Amino acid sequence: MKRVVVTGAGTINSLGHSVPATLVAMREGKCGIGDLEFRDVDRLSIKIGGQVRGFEAEGRFNRQQISLYDRFTQFTLTAAKEAIDQSGLEFGGELAAKSGVVLGTAGGGVSTWDDNYRSVYEDGKNRVHPFVVPKLMNNAAASHVSMQHNLKGPSFTVSTACASSNHAMAQAFQMVRTGLAPAMVTGGSESMLCFGGVKAWEGLRVMSKDACRPFSANRNGMVQGEGAGIFVFEEYEHAHGRGADILCEVIGFAMSSDAADIVMPSKHGAARAIFGAMKDAGINPEEVGYINAHGTGTAANDKTECAAVADVFGQHADKLMMSSTKSMHGHLIGGTGAVELLSCIMALRDGVIAPTIGYQEPDPECAIDVVPNEARDAKVEVALSNAFAFGGLNAVLALRSV
Amino acid sequence: MSIQSKVFSILAEQAFLEPFDVTLESTLDELGIDSMGVVECIFAIEEEFDITIPFNANEPQRSDFDISNVASMISGIEALVSKN
Repeated sequence: MKRVVVTGAGTINSLGHSVPATLVAMREGKCGIGDLEFRDVDRLSIKIGGQVRGFEAEGRFNRQQISLYDRFTQFTLTAAKEAIDQSGLEFGGELAAKSGVVLGTAGGGVSTWDDNYRSVYEDGKNRVHPFVVPKLMNNAAASHVSMQHNLKGPSFTVSTACASSNHAMAQAFQMVRTGLAPAMVTGGSESMLCFGGVKAWEGLRVMSKDACRPFSANRNGMVQGEGAGIFVFEEYEHAHGRGADILCEVIGFAMSSDAADIVMPSKHGAARAIFGAMKDAGINPEEVGYINAHGTGTAANDKTECAAVADVFGQHADKLMMSSTKSMHGHLIGGTGAVELLSCIMALRDGVIAPTIGYQEPDPECAIDVVPNEARDAKVEVALSNAFAFGGLNAVLALRSV
Repeated sequence: MSIQSKVFSILAEQAFLEPFDVTLESTLDELGIDSMGVVECIFAIEEEFDITIPFNANEPQRSDFDISNVASMISGIEALVSKN
């Protein structure tokens, strides 16, 4: 088995349009959640979200590209460029032939569906633009990354709701670890902040109208976000041989399925994924210093997640730190694990633990150090990143500092 | 604007050219418009003239709409517009 390291990272989300900007915001405990701005927002009962501001397609992409790139693809391409530029890799020859792209998204081109349904149903138009299908398809982003960067190996899209990017990154990790690919571009993206996208979530009655306060006793639901997180996973010897700057090592993963309920999370399913990731990485629970929580801010997730962590870690649960950065950037659904991986990298590389902001009241059912409201300096060797999706599909990644 | 000048500007925009680069004798191939571009042009023309063009991208030659050059497209459009 080969060792796998991260040699590039890119993002765009409500906290920043790059990794450095996002990490500064996380360190300062900034909140990227605010009033939503798009057509018909006044007809929604949920009017807040972690919306990406100041990102206009015009100027970044030409007319032809805009006709083919949904916003989730635009986010992906922007973040992928940052990640691949940082890695310093240029894909040609054997490297290009074997390297690919595995990305996560839950909804794909949601605003393209929304705009075109509106056009045919509400406006009564009888034709849509010829590229609606290639624009909205869930694999559009992965395909455009492969085309733009000449990645000719295995590429596909994983869709497991809120765990999509963790499942995607786990898959990419496995491909590099087993020697199938020398490098993989991976992560995920989501752009559901349009009328239909938020309306659908409203229906579930799990959304907060004012803030995302994970683990706080007065939490009242989740808040949607949007954006992308993209990484370059590379085989260690390949990265080391070319003198690449290594951000951290990916040491293990596990996936599990609750096989229980389509929306209610299961402590056992979460615990099996957390335990499995440590077992796969060959580490002891005591080595884990930080967990980036799934931490959605819903009543159900947060207490279930804390109970799972308590079960898996026993007494060590009192010593480790677990924060939810969704309090700052919102829940990026299929892209969330990718953006959240950045907080693990910050913990391992910079020794800074991102806080859970908006924390107001301790909840006895979430009796864990959630790094409330302010970032903390701490030396961490191993970090985990949790994602537990609707449908009971869980994926946890384990990372180590290098 | 006449049908001809509207078609010239639609094709020019698609081909990243100026309208005066388009002539009645030009073929879509000469203008550098590929098969995806043809479908976009048909869409833009339908939108502009509020017509439905009988065109199947699988069999462009067997469609009732003749796209062999700009002049043939314009006469096809004129026929469809006059039917409306």
